[in-house]
Amino acid sequence: MAEKKIQLATVWLCGCAGCHMSLLDLDERLIELAKVADLTTSPIADVKAVPPVDLALVEGGVANDDNLRILKEFRRQATVLVALGDCAGFGCVPMMRNAFPTQDVLDRAYALTESTASGAVPQHDELPRLTDKVRPIHEHVKVDAHIPGCPPSADIIWYAIQELLAGRTPTFEGVPMSYT
Amino acid sequence: MAQKVTIEPVTRIEGHAKITLDLDDAGKVSDAKFHVVEFRGFEKFVEGRHFSEMPTITSRICGICPVSHHLAAAKAGDALIGAEPPRPATLLRRLMHKGQIIQSHALAFFHLSSPDLLIGWDADPARRNILGLVAEQPDVARRGIALRQFGQEIIQAVGGRKIHPDVCVPGGMSRALDPKQRDRLRTGIDEALEHADFGLGLIKTYFEQHAAEVDTFASFPSKYLSLVDSEGRFEVYDGLLRIVDENGTPLEAFWDTDDYLGLIGEVTEDWSYLKFPFYRPDGYPEGSYRVGPLARLNVAEDVPTPRAGAEWESWRRLASGRPVSASMYYHWARLIEVIFSLERAAELLDDPDILSTDLITTTDQVLDQGVGVIEAPRGTLIHHYWANPDGSVAKANLIVATGHNNYAMNQAILAVARQYVDGTNLQEGMLNRVEAAIRCYDPCLSCSTHAIGQMPMVVQLRGPDGTLLSTATRGVSRG
Repeated sequence: MAEKKIQLATVWLCGCAGCHMSLLDLDERLIELAKVADLTTSPIADVKAVPPVDLALVEGGVANDDNLRILKEFRRQATVLVALGDCAGFGCVPMMRNAFPTQDVLDRAYALTESTASGAVPQHDELPRLTDKVRPIHEHVKVDAHIPGCPPSADIIWYAIQELLAGRTPTFEGVPMSYT
Repeated sequence: MAQKVTIEPVTRIEGHAKITLDLDDAGKVSDAKFHVVEFRGFEKFVEGRHFSEMPTITSRICGICPVSHHLAAAKAGDALIGAEPPRPATLLRRLMHKGQIIQSHALAFFHLSSPDLLIGWDADPARRNILGLVAEQPDVARRGIALRQFGQEIIQAVGGRKIHPDVCVPGGMSRALDPKQRDRLRTGIDEALEHADFGLGLIKTYFEQHAAEVDTFASFPSKYLSLVDSEGRFEVYDGLLRIVDENGTPLEAFWDTDDYLGLIGEVTEDWSYLKFPFYRPDGYPEGSYRVGPLARLNVAEDVPTPRAGAEWESWRRLASGRPVSASMYYHWARLIEVIFSLERAAELLDDPDILSTDLITTTDQVLDQGVGVIEAPRGTLIHHYWANPDGSVAKANLIVATGHNNYAMNQAILAVARQYVDGTNLQEGMLNRVEAAIRCYDPCLSCSTHAIGQMPMVVQLRGPDGTLLSTATRGVSRG
C-alpha cells in the first residue's frame, strides 16, 4: 500500500486570488505535488467541507464574518496553518479600506457611483456582514508560518511547502518565516 | 413543502459566492439566485491616492487578470494627462494583454472547467480538479499547464512579474523588452498554438458527442456587448463599444468609450454584493446583456487573423449567422480567442518597434477626468477616474467584466436548475451542473467584488416563510 499522501487545503479570504495563481504557477511542479499530496478543500477543487488536513494555506485577510468563520474552521482542522502572501500576513491593499468609515465605503460602491441608476447597499441573510476593519489572520488565530509577497513567487511557495512538509519552519536569509 | 437548496461555496470559479435554489412543494425549482458574497471597496479607498499609483493599486483587484486592471488604469492615466503613448509602448501593452488572455482562458478551460467534461459531471468531487486531471488525463493536464505557463511568461517578459506587473505608467511603459526574451517567446508560439488547437479539438469532440446537452445547457437569448475596432472587427485593447440584440443587429452606432455612462447603468439587488449593469435605453432587467468571449465573437464582424479568423467563420455557422446563445459555447469561444491571441502575439513579436526604447509620452497637465476601457478576458472592463489638480484621485468608478454578466449568470443557473435538479432526489452531480453553468461565464469574483470577492456553494432548504429546514453542503461524504 502506498504511503499516505499529505492532505492539503487552501482557501482565499479577503484577497485577490493572486496567491492562488502563483500556486498554479508551480506549473509542471503541480504534477510533482499531485504525487505527494491530495488537494482537499480549495477554491480550485470541489470538496466543500474542510476535512482534517496536514497543511492549510490561507490567502487573504479577514474582512467579513464569513472570512472569520472559515478561518477558524481551517485552524481547527489544520495541523499547520500558513499565511500565504501579504493580505493574510499583514492585510496589504484591502486594508486601505480601514482609513474610511465602512458605511462610506459601502455607500460609494452601491449608491453613489456615477453609473448607478438606482442603488442601495445590499443587505440580506445570505450576505456576510463586513467587519469594521480588515485584519491579517494572525490577529484572529495562531499562524504557524508566513510566506511573504504580493504575491509570493511560485519558487518561494514551492520552497516553503517542502520545508513545512519536512516539519521545518522555512527561513528567509536566516530569519524564520513565522511570528515567533 | 417548499424548500431552499444552497450550494456553498461555488468552486472552480475565481472568487466567493453561493447559489440558493428555491424548491416548490413538488420539489421543482421555482427560483435560483447567485449571491456574490465579498466586498472590498476599491472605489472608495483609492480616493486621495495619486493617479499614477492606480495601475499597481488596482491590479490588486484581481490576481487572475491583474494585467487587465493594470492596463485599464494606465489607459485612464493616459487620458488624464492627455498623452498618447508612443507606438512601441502600445505594442508592448497589447503583447502583455495577449499573454493575459492566453493564461486566463487556459486556466478557465483546462484547470477549472475541463474536469467536468473529462472526469465527469457526476464523478467523485474529490477527483474533479486539476490534480485529479493530472492523475487521470496527464496529457491534457500537461498541455493546459504549458499553455497557461506560456501566457504567464509573456506577462513576465513584458511586465517584470507573472502576477501584478508594475510596468505600465500613464503615458506609456517604464521598461523595454529584452531582445533575448523576444526571441524566446517567439520560438514558443508554435507549440502553444498546438496546445490551443488540441484544447479546441477536445471541445469540438465533446460538443459533437453531447450535442443535445450543450445546445440546451443554459441557452437563452440576450443582448451582447464588446469593444470592436472602427470597422466592427474583433478588438480587445482599444476600440469602440458595440451592443447588439439577440439577432446580432446593432442597437447603437459605434459608441465612444468615454461616454459609457450614456450607454450603461447599474442597479443593486439586496441579495448580492455584485451590481447589475444594463443597457440604459431598455431599463433593468430588459436591458441586461452578456459580455466576454461568447459576446465578442457574436458582436464582431470579422476576426482579423488567419487561423482564428477561419475558426470564427465556422463559429458563425453554428447558429446560421445569428448569435450563439448557449452558455457552454463560452468555452469554445475562449479557445478561439487563445488562438487569436497567439497569432497576434507572433505579429507583435515580429514588429521591429517591439524592442524600441521610445516608451513614454509626457505632458505637464492633469485633466479633470479620464476613462480607460479594455476587453479583459471575461469582458468589457471600465476604469473612470476624476482627479484633483494635484493629481490625487477625487473619485473612481469601476465596472468590471464579470459584473456585466451578473443577470445572465442568474438566468443560466435558473435554466440549468430547472432542467437538472430534482428536489425529491437531490444528487451532488445535479448541483455540480448548476455550478458549471456559472463556470461557463468564468466569473472573476475578485474583480467583480472590487467592491467584493468569494464564491462558495451551499444548498439550503428553506420553507416558504424563509425558515431554514436543512443545508446540503457539497462535500467529502459522497461516494
